[in-house]
This record gives sequence, C-alpha cells and structure tokens, in this order.
Amino acid sequence: MPMLIRLSEGVFSQVQDVFVRLGDDEPVVGGDAIVSLGRLLSGDVARAGGGRLGVWLEPGDEVEALEGRLDQVDLVALAFPKFRDGRAFTSARLLRERLGFTGEVRAVGDVLRDQAGFMVRCGFDAFSPADGSTVEAWAAAASRHRHVYQRAADARAPAFLERGRG
Amino acid sequence: MYRYDAVDRAVLADRAAEFRDQVRRRLSGELTEDQFKPLRLMNGLYLQLHAYMLRVAVPYGSLDPRQMRALADIARRFDRGYGHFTTRTNIQFNWIRLADAPEILDVLAEADLHAIQTSGNCIRNVTADPYAGAAADELEDPRVWCEAIRQWSSLHPEFSFLPRKFKIAVTASPHDRTAAKVHDIGLLLRRGRDGATGFEVIVGGGMGRTPHVGPTLKAFLPSERLFSYLEAVLRVYNRHGRRDNIYKARIKILVAALGAEAFGREVEAEWEKIGVAGDLPGSEIVRIRDAFTRPELADSPAPGDFEARRAAEPAFARFVRNNLKAHKLSGYTIVDVSLKGVGETPGDISADQMDVVADLAERFGQGEIRSTHEQNLVLPHIRLADVHTVWKALDAARLATPNINLISDIIACPGLDYCALANARAICVAQDIARRFEAPDRAEAIGELKIKISGCINACGHHHVGHIGILGVDKKGEEFYQLTLGGSGAEDASVGKMLGPALPIDRVTDAVEAIVDAYLQQRQDGERFLDTLRRTGDAPFREAVYADAH
Repeated sequence: MPMLIRLSEGVFSQVQDVFVRLGDDEPVVGGDAIVSLGRLLSGDVARAGGGRLGVWLEPGDEVEALEGRLDQVDLVALAFPKFRDGRAFTSARLLRERLGFTGEVRAVGDVLRDQAGFMVRCGFDAFSPADGSTVEAWAAAASRHRHVYQRAADARAPAFLERGRG
Repeated sequence: MYRYDAVDRAVLADRAAEFRDQVRRRLSGELTEDQFKPLRLMNGLYLQLHAYMLRVAVPYGSLDPRQMRALADIARRFDRGYGHFTTRTNIQFNWIRLADAPEILDVLAEADLHAIQTSGNCIRNVTADPYAGAAADELEDPRVWCEAIRQWSSLHPEFSFLPRKFKIAVTASPHDRTAAKVHDIGLLLRRGRDGATGFEVIVGGGMGRTPHVGPTLKAFLPSERLFSYLEAVLRVYNRHGRRDNIYKARIKILVAALGAEAFGREVEAEWEKIGVAGDLPGSEIVRIRDAFTRPELADSPAPGDFEARRAAEPAFARFVRNNLKAHKLSGYTIVDVSLKGVGETPGDISADQMDVVADLAERFGQGEIRSTHEQNLVLPHIRLADVHTVWKALDAARLATPNINLISDIIACPGLDYCALANARAICVAQDIARRFEAPDRAEAIGELKIKISGCINACGHHHVGHIGILGVDKKGEEFYQLTLGGSGAEDASVGKMLGPALPIDRVTDAVEAIVDAYLQQRQDGERFLDTLRRTGDAPFREAVYADAH
C-alpha cells in the first residue's frame, strides 16, 4: 500500500494510503475511492460498503464546482502534473478559505519537498511526494522559514501581525 | 533606505540556508539538473553560455553604501572584478561557480541583500522611480509601497509558480521613469479629489514577442485596497493564464485575449470575494514608512561656487546640463551616474567603481544610491555646493560621461556574448553606435534619443520602447538587426514600428546615423526625435535608411 505524509495538529507523520483511485468506468466496489470531478458531478458515486469518497481535480478543474457537494467528500486530491504548474495552490486556498472544506486536501503528482512550505500554507494536509522524501525531510522543508509575510490558508501569523504584537 | 528588522533578516537567512541545502543536494547528485533548475532559478542562478550567472535583487533600485561595497566584494572574490546592472535595476555577476553560490548568498544576507525571485515564474523585483524621495515632481515617495509589495510578494505561497514571470512598477510622478505601462502591472500613484492617495492600475503591458502598452484596469484604486486588488489580479492570472506555450503565458496575452473589460470584470468579482481581508493593515504601511531612513537635508543650503564653476568649466557645465535633475528642495540636486562610457558595456561597473560610488554616497549623498532601469546609477541627494567635487571623483573613475538620455545612453541586453537565449550580439552594437556619436556637442545637438538593443525577441533590452529599437535576429546563422522606430516607455508609452528589412551588423550604425541625419533635417522648433517622428511618420527615415536598396 502506498505511503503518504499527513499533517495533523501541526505534526507530520507517515501513514498508509487506503484510498484507491478509480477510473471513470471502474465500478465502486467498496473501500475508500477517489473519483474524477466529472464522475462526482454526474452523481455516479453510490457509496458501496460505506467507503469514504475522494475527488481528484486536475489544475484546470474549478474548485467552485464542488460547492454544495463537499459534505459528500472526505478528500480532495489536487494534481500537480508538473511541479511548475501552480494552479493547485489557488485551488487549495479557495477550498479552505472560501468553500470552508475541512476534509483532507492532498497534493498528488509532481510533488517535491521544495514546495512543502507553500503547500502547507495554502491548506494542503496530505502529500504524496514524487521525490521519495522521508517524513523528516518533508517536515524540515515545510517548517524552514521562521516568518511569513502573507496571510494564507494556514494559521500562521504574517509578519505584519507579529510586528503589531511587538 | 528601508531598515530591515529582525523578521526581514530572518527571512533572508532562512532562504540562504534553504538554498545552501538545495545546492548541496545538486552537487551530491541527489537532485538532477532538471529538478534543480526551477529551484536555482527561484534564487536568481542561471546557467549561461560560459558559466553560472547570479542575479542579485536591488529592491526597487535602492542601495546603500554598505550594500554597494558588498557587491564590490563579491565582484572581486567570486567574479572577475565587475558586475552588470540590468534593465530590472538588479545586478548580475556573470562568472560564478555553483559551489560558491551559497557563500555569496550569505555575504549578501549580511548586507540585507538577496537573490530571491530575480528569476523564475514568480513576482519579480518591483521597479520604482529611481528619483523617488528626491524628485521635484513626485506626489509622495513610492518606495513605501514598493517595500510593502516586496514583502507581500516574497515567497508568496500561492503565487510562486505562476504561468510566467510577473513584474510590477510603481511611480508617483506624472513623468514616468519606470516604463510602468509595459509592466505586467503598472501602479501610477494619484491623488483623489479629497486628497487621499490611490493608484491608476495598468495591467497587461509587456514587451517580448508580443508587445503591449497595458490598458488601465482601474482609474483610481484607493491605496488602502492595493493588496486585495493585487491578489485578485494575480489569482485570476494564476488560474487562467496560459501554461501550454511559454510565449503566450504572460498576463498581457490573457488580458488581450479576454479584452481588458472582461478581464477587469473577472478581477472585480474576485476582488469583491476577497474583500478587505486581503489588505495590509494601515498600521503596517505606517510602520514601513517610518522604517525608511530620512535623509537629513538642510533648508536651502548655499550653492557655494556651483555657478561660478559652471560658468568657468565647460566640461562641468556639460555634465550639469545632462546629468543633473531637479530636486524637490532648493540647494540640492539629483546626480545621474552614467554606466555608458563610450566603448564600455552598458550597465557594467567594476568593483573599484562601485567603491567610488559608495564613498560618494556616504560622504555627499545621504548614503543613498539608486539603480535605474536604463542601466545607470543615481545619487539622489547631492548639495549643489558638492556637485563639482562629486563630478571630479566620478570623472576620475570614468563614471561622469555626460550623456544621460542622449544617443549614447543606450540600453543593451548582454546578448550573445553571455546569454544562452540570444540570437545576436547587443553589446558591440551599442559600443559601435556610442563611438560614432562620441563627439559630445553633436550628441547634445541631437538631444533626447533613446536607443535600446535586444539580442533576441525576449526583449530584455526593451527595444520595443526605444525611440530607435534594435533587435538582433538570426538569419541562417548570421546576425541581422531589425530596426523599429517610435517606441517609448515613458508616460506617452508606445510600441515602436518596424522600419524595414533587417540589416547586417556592419550596416546598423550607418542606419542609425542616417536616421539621425534625417531627423535633424526634419526637426522643427527644437522638437525631440520622437516628436518629429510622430509628426512626420517614418517615411523620411525609411527613405534615409533604405535609399541605397532602391
């Protein structure tokens, strides 16, 4: 079973990934499954066996399409087809900050530890690294910077608030 | 100068440590060059034709003497004794060893300098009016906003992997010295009827393959709403900008494809959703403003023997005519330091020259130095009484060429001498033109004439906005040059029009001279070259250049 890095309560840990990604023509046979956005929207996602449901978004898929359906979804996987494609950062922030999604937001695809800090700040809490990063290396990369300048989807206080507290 | 606090310093230190780790992983083979490339680019490290090039950020073109000396130190210890100021107001070191890069970043960080986001598809160094804080014609000091933008855009978690690079310019003067209208975003500070400040927001200007003068997206954005609006523009761009073709990925292409109105509506809708939560608290703007050192300027200091020297020494008078600009306070002036000595590489400066500029800024210039997008330096606060001394010292260091805005004040990209993207050389073309017009009386008689040279279509030399633009192209392995006329990067921004077929390298300077001669024939009432051209059209100039071909 593939491994996954999870962030929970500020702690990174390695967990087993129990979700299976289903093709659009594969039947839901129970267990935890990830389907495409198109399949989720078509309604063809009858939950068999009480498994949890995840949805996979490509960078061009608009997260707003999930509005009103997020209560059916336990996990949103946002794809980085190339590590240079930064659209999923916006998708993650909107999921967290605008749509109020509290389930798992998972980074999948060309996911490298050098983006760990940005991903965490944008609201990702699960990572499927493509570079073989260990959980320790991932955690170190994600927490390297002591200060941040911007508000984002995480709870970190930006520099302008830290300074205000003086 | 903005004084970094502990937070700003910690950000630089952490970034330097991060990059040290990335370089270590590259040198150990843990990272392939493919994986390392986007990481080193985020830190301004390019692999050029002959060596690594490190591009150091000069945030909004502001440097203090300590920083200039740190750059000189790097030039001596890690490069070949010189650096190169770019059209982004940054400085490049062209002969860097990869293994030295982390140490260089440490040296920079000690002087509050860095190479963050000087390349890569992120928000780049902000351009400011190089005369900010000194210009007689400015509404307020735009650097406060530039510093706030620097912080907001540094290591931005959402906007560090945009479709393409992103450049912002800020000016607070009616005379635009930043080329704001050919930036991804141009912010022109305005004062509203109630006296409050705001910005005219230009979005989607640019050069490169498809030059655009950017349209105004918002005529007056209240300044306290700047950051939510920037976030809205960047978010729409990050989501919808093209990623399938590097040449169609800049925001100008998205704005042009949707039309400015439709693009503006998307931005407005996003801006409304973000709301004031996306804005920087006013208290932080006040903090940043207060963190800038105030030059200690006297009340109308006496000009000393300035006028007498000017009357007695023609060479000094020429420098005064061409390299001094009006300061907002009487008794002071802005001094332009030319990095365009005849026969030199535009923008190049030796370590010794850097030290001279640092010393002069310290002794006579309130510790302030600026770099300009036209690849020169500025000492923005010089007492008139000190100008002669400053001029003598600059002249001794070959930094007093009296040619600001004249025909030999040429912008040129590094071109094929350094750059892996170039099709043709740019530096030698600039040098040849400068030599042809070396006689200073002739250059002054010609007046303001901006020549800008790019060695390829990426337009780093800003040829599209040159009064005369020169673009190097490759024709079956030979260097040819395409001339454009009528561009401007100022408040009257325009994109130059192609004059005719490209010319071989040995005909370029002759063609420029033919254009100049035609202008002098056509000129009325002392008008600038650009004004003559706009009045007559380009027919007389085409005739002058291509007459032989008939």
